Amino acid sequence: MSTNSITTQKVNFKVFRFNADEDYLPYYENYTMDITSEEVVLDVLNRIKWDHDGSFSYRRSCRHGICGACAIKVNGRSTLACKESMTTMIEYFGNEITLEPLSTKRAVKDMIIDKADFWDKHASVTPYLVADIDECPSCENLVSPHDAEELNEADLCIQCGACHYACPVVEINSDFFGPAAFVAAYRFESDVRDSDGNRLINVNEEKQGVWDCAKCFECAEVCPKDINPIDKITKLHQMAFKKGVAKNNVATRHAVGFLHSIKKHGMLDEGGLVLYSEGAHIVKHIPVALQMFKKGKIVMPWNMPKSDKLDEIQKLIKSSSTVKF
Amino acid sequence: MKKLKYALFTGCTAKQSTPEQMMSTLAVARKLNIELIELTEASCCGASHLQDYDDFLSLVLNARNIAYAEKHELTMVTICNTCQLNTAMTKHRLDKNPELKAKVNEKLAEVGLEYKGTSNVIHFLYAIIDDFGLDKIKELVVKPLSQFNIAPFYGCHNIRPSELHDESHKQKENPYNPTSLDDLIIACGGKNVDYEEKNKCCGFHVELQAPHTAAVLTGTAIAGATDQNADMMVTPCPLCHLKLDTQTKSASEAIGREVSLPVLHMQQMVGLALGCTPAELGLKHHVTEVNFI
Repeated sequence: MSTNSITTQKVNFKVFRFNADEDYLPYYENYTMDITSEEVVLDVLNRIKWDHDGSFSYRRSCRHGICGACAIKVNGRSTLACKESMTTMIEYFGNEITLEPLSTKRAVKDMIIDKADFWDKHASVTPYLVADIDECPSCENLVSPHDAEELNEADLCIQCGACHYACPVVEINSDFFGPAAFVAAYRFESDVRDSDGNRLINVNEEKQGVWDCAKCFECAEVCPKDINPIDKITKLHQMAFKKGVAKNNVATRHAVGFLHSIKKHGMLDEGGLVLYSEGAHIVKHIPVALQMFKKGKIVMPWNMPKSDKLDEIQKLIKSSSTVKF
Repeated sequence: MKKLKYALFTGCTAKQSTPEQMMSTLAVARKLNIELIELTEASCCGASHLQDYDDFLSLVLNARNIAYAEKHELTMVTICNTCQLNTAMTKHRLDKNPELKAKVNEKLAEVGLEYKGTSNVIHFLYAIIDDFGLDKIKELVVKPLSQFNIAPFYGCHNIRPSELHDESHKQKENPYNPTSLDDLIIACGGKNVDYEEKNKCCGFHVELQAPHTAAVLTGTAIAGATDQNADMMVTPCPLCHLKLDTQTKSASEAIGREVSLPVLHMQQMVGLALGCTPAELGLKHHVTEVNFI
């Protein structure tokens, strides 16, 4: 038990309020409360409802970081309300705290959002085991501890939506499955018992699949279960190459192009990479390339710098490569 | 103060599309009397794309780069956020997993190298803030940037994952409310601009496969800075710089609004305040002209 004494400080809360049935526009309500060092964000939501306004609405259930119902945004940061301590939030953002739903665009009532897009995408990745297992097997379908480790804790996801609504790509590209759906896809794709042939192809399709991930690491930062969704996204990329389902497109060539470039120069040949990735479509980059050329930003192929001891790099590529495309 | 000395991992853009970044890094190092030993043997870090293809190979190549810094018995400094991510991530994974480290070293032994884990990996931004010191920089400022509102653009890979940042650097950085670049702007005499997109993604890594997404992210960032009255943006990442400086046309089209701001590399901003000339800092290499100096 902590020996630290409980401290209290004043915090001003700006709280998103909206009732889709009655309000034309959302508005913010202000509350000032004394917050103790022991409280979590959910305690604040409860106190707003119990002490200030009984009509204030939010989802909550387990209070133990298991049901995933109470995720909201605190100063723009996706947060599982029952798990996050107010002390950390005050450390992050000071004493002016804004409480909003995970997505203000999808708000139904106060903190409650319509999560249909999240669930639709979750359902799109075949989030269950596809296996030809006898209904009355003579023995158990054992998974060894070593094989179970392959899941990399993807099975701990509680579908709270924190990463999904923190992902900037989900915000822009409505086809993009998003980090939580990819975690679900990885969870079953990495299960030794699974035999689904389409899931990996599906999550590698352009626009909706892993190749549209912008690599911003927002998902890894917000996940309340420390699942590290982008790590699973990276693994889905790697699986696509290993299992031979990676299509020959601009995204996959972009990844493989790095290898070719490093093999040849040690360094990346920027122009060469774009040419290799885009093929004939490179013409669309010409206007920007010309502007860059005028400013001395383009190195001609014959002037391409090379790493010293390139032979060492080439030798290591030969001995350490684990994938073929 | 003891003279600071680092092994410099330049990354690839400093030698190609952002020559001004290399020039300004060296100019600032001269002004601050920091010695940089360039790791000319280093390969590309894989930019988190080789990592999508061949994880083990990317570990071996990055471990090789670090091994050269270790040979000099120096801390490695990077001048690109994505180089920082991939190098520090390699170090993190190898230091935490002796089995993986042994496997990587088996390969490195073929070329007579070994990854020991003795060199730290930090971004140059934090080298000058944490090791050199903001107060000392302040003392050296001869041309304070006091007439400018400067919008910091942090770039994802310096601040996320925060665990990796905090492990590599002396001081923590709050990924939701980062302050280092703001502090540096203030130390250079400028007015730091607070805006929502300062810790957001520029879209660089999906430029080829998802151009619309990338362009919206870039456009939103520049628009956010503009709306808070920024005269210019400043970034420690050359990839963010490329996106914000050279892609304003597609960014403007994507968000339906003309956006364009001069964008300085962090090193250029410090260099200007320390009295370096625009020529030394390579200001002529910008696509969006830096015409206020």
